[in-house]
Amino acid sequence: MNAVLAIIRRDLLLAMRRKSEVLTALFFFIIVASLFPLGIGPESALLRTIAPGVIWVSALLATMLGLARLFAPDHADGTLEQMVLSPTPLGLLVTGKIAAHWITTGLPLVLLAPVLGIQFDLDVGALGVLVVALLLGTPLLSLIGAIGAALTLGVRGGGVLVSLLVLPLYVPALIFGAGAVESHISGLGAGGHLSLLAALLALAVFFAPWATTAALRISLE
Amino acid sequence: MLTATGLSCVRGERRLFAGLDLAVGPGEWLHVQGENGAGKTSLLRILATLSPPAEGEVRWQGEPVTVLAEDYRRAMLFLGHHGAVKEELTPLENLTLAAQLDGTTLDEANALSALMRFGLRGREDLAVRFLSAGQKRRVLLARLAVRKATLWILDEPFTALDVKAVDMLSGLIESHLAAGGMAILTSHQSMPLPNGRILSL
Repeated sequence: MNAVLAIIRRDLLLAMRRKSEVLTALFFFIIVASLFPLGIGPESALLRTIAPGVIWVSALLATMLGLARLFAPDHADGTLEQMVLSPTPLGLLVTGKIAAHWITTGLPLVLLAPVLGIQFDLDVGALGVLVVALLLGTPLLSLIGAIGAALTLGVRGGGVLVSLLVLPLYVPALIFGAGAVESHISGLGAGGHLSLLAALLALAVFFAPWATTAALRISLE
Repeated sequence: MLTATGLSCVRGERRLFAGLDLAVGPGEWLHVQGENGAGKTSLLRILATLSPPAEGEVRWQGEPVTVLAEDYRRAMLFLGHHGAVKEELTPLENLTLAAQLDGTTLDEANALSALMRFGLRGREDLAVRFLSAGQKRRVLLARLAVRKATLWILDEPFTALDVKAVDMLSGLIESHLAAGGMAILTSHQSMPLPNGRILSL
């Protein structure tokens, strides 16, 4: 457990030392989500309709940006070898890395989403559902993304490949995440969508570190 | 005691070595020699369980390392070509984090004294990015002084080190062997250490 906390602390420290990577993803999220109201115009009914989808797609793309760098630096400088050789199981260390990735990319998106939602004329209730959906969904994005990042490790042009690999896998998160806000707006209640999103997250917490570990071991051989 | 029997390694279409036997007992060290591309690093990676051998088996204290898993990894320290040193972190942070990753704790005083021993006094709070290649290597070698491991597997430990650091490292290996440790290393230099054996690939 000590080693897992050390990995999380180390990755957060590294993120602090190279802030540009974290900030790039964050500004990307803000800009992409803000382009839509600017392009479509001030028609509040239409903006309300597209808001959940646009914010979720922006979140997916922003998460994608940093994925290629999730394991690549550790692979390049040999830290990954030392992680494999650590007495702590690699699966736990990988979970720690994914947690750190979520704290640096997912959590800021969750915190910023309500501010962006105001641009789309969402009411307080819908903003609340959006935050809860993102809170459940962004860890899912980090977990699934880690599998893609591990699979493309050491592959030339891995950055593009990881998008092709991971974006289709993000579709369920997108459907249930955006669907939660939509059904709340239409008065159906978001409970069902959020429960499914939580179920997906539980499944991913269990399987994604395992799959990521297997992929990392293959790429190290 | 580390023993390996009938090891072979295949990279792509090429067979680098086959039917390789080796044994290293307490206080002994093995000098793996060979031309570039002979499979020195591949052999060390197999011994460190980083990659599986095509054939053969590695045993630690009589048990296969694949069975021992964590117990073997705790008893072994592998330092590869790449330093596993983070450029953005300071030598002190690198050393403490590496220790935590090894499942041990390292207090600041011990970490500092190890860094001083390797001539990094006054550099402990400077990001590794600003250090020279040799100094980066010294940060890595400071791990040898703080991590308790019976078996050291070192890939080209003398790369980029100056004469003084080479002497320091030789001294460190010598005291490790005198305390009943074992070492396997690759190097293009000859090493004046006792109880050594040469393995030519």
